[in-house]
Amino acid sequence: MIEFRLDGRSGVAPYLQLIHQVRHALRLGLLREGDQLPKVKDVAAGLAINPNTVLKAYRELEYEGLAAARPGIGTFVTGTLDGGSLAAHGPLRRDLQRWLAKARRAGLDDESIEALFASTFRSASEEGIA
Amino acid sequence: MTAVIESCKLGKRYHSMWALSDCTLSIPSGHVVGLVGPNGAGKSTLLNIATGLLAPTTGTIEVLGTPPAARPAELSRVGFVAQDAPVYTALTVAEHLRVGARLNPRWDARLAHARIERLGLNLKQKAGTLSGGQRAQLALTLAIGKRPELLILDEPVARLDPLARREFLGELMEAVAEQDLSVLMSSHLVSDLERVCDYLIVLVVSRVCVAGPVEELLATHHLLSGPRRDPDQMPPGLRVISASHTGRQSTLLVRTSGQILDPAWTVSQVTLEDLALAYMKQAAIRQLEVQR
Repeated sequence: MIEFRLDGRSGVAPYLQLIHQVRHALRLGLLREGDQLPKVKDVAAGLAINPNTVLKAYRELEYEGLAAARPGIGTFVTGTLDGGSLAAHGPLRRDLQRWLAKARRAGLDDESIEALFASTFRSASEEGIA
Repeated sequence: MTAVIESCKLGKRYHSMWALSDCTLSIPSGHVVGLVGPNGAGKSTLLNIATGLLAPTTGTIEVLGTPPAARPAELSRVGFVAQDAPVYTALTVAEHLRVGARLNPRWDARLAHARIERLGLNLKQKAGTLSGGQRAQLALTLAIGKRPELLILDEPVARLDPLARREFLGELMEAVAEQDLSVLMSSHLVSDLERVCDYLIVLVVSRVCVAGPVEELLATHHLLSGPRRDPDQMPPGLRVISASHTGRQSTLLVRTSGQILDPAWTVSQVTLEDLALAYMKQAAIRQLEVQR
């Protein structure tokens, strides 16, 4: 089971934040097929948000084929987003950790590391498109 | 969809002062409605008319399809938590629950006791010694325990600290999720209601400025900024709600059902708070013009 949180200052609509968090958890394998999503009433009570907001997020996930509602029981995960690549996550994470350690030794702070990663990621994606 | 509240040209006058005027509303059921406006705008007057505590001077109102509090049976369909969550200070929590059971034909004792237990309230404690947050929760428990179809709350969180506020709204939202319940609640702060309400009414100087589903309001209002422009010279179909100008720049909050095509404008999303504040500002400016 995952726990939702809301960032009030992000400017992103609450229902979209919930969808992003489910998708994120699916990508990282934190949620798998068959897992139950938190009950609408529990999310509404825990975050003090309108239950319709939660319902809207779950309906959207159903529409995307990632979840299905079982009446009277709850909403369950029915799809994956890891693209079968979950097994590769471990080695890739270790590579990244080695790279991060190297960046630290070179004197980069958090912000510089993020900026370098983001700009490299962007230019690599652009090359991929071209 | 049936309306929980349907009013037509509703007005209330105290001596020579109109506390509420020309209030025409049709609130569909199944919503959590936020009634927002500055202090003295007429929010409590409207809520007190809807609960049958006040009689209107002009106009008509129907609550759940009948005049407010017309018969005892109608009273049991509406729950009301008045401002400052009044409780009987000399009675214990348990005695409050007994009063609730005695006075309400549809009283749900199991639900009320489960809530009190979950909140950790001591049944033997006198209500007068409860904290503000606990008192509000007790008042909410009584209102929910009567299993109303419509729950009306007047400034329920105004006096609560941030934690008690969150817990109160959480409890309220859980009740909305579990029961077939419409809610009408007032606040002078939009930020209190932003996450919980899906229908907004802005009331300023005794008049309704805007009312509608939150999603629709957010989709039809935009914040525009760009080179200085006369707000009277905007294209048709576009209503300027508020405008502010510097030497070179104009910032406008506009309402339109179409798209903003003029490339001179930078268009950004509005928050519910921006939107409500813009209407309040507009109403205040109009009020000043009338007084001159």
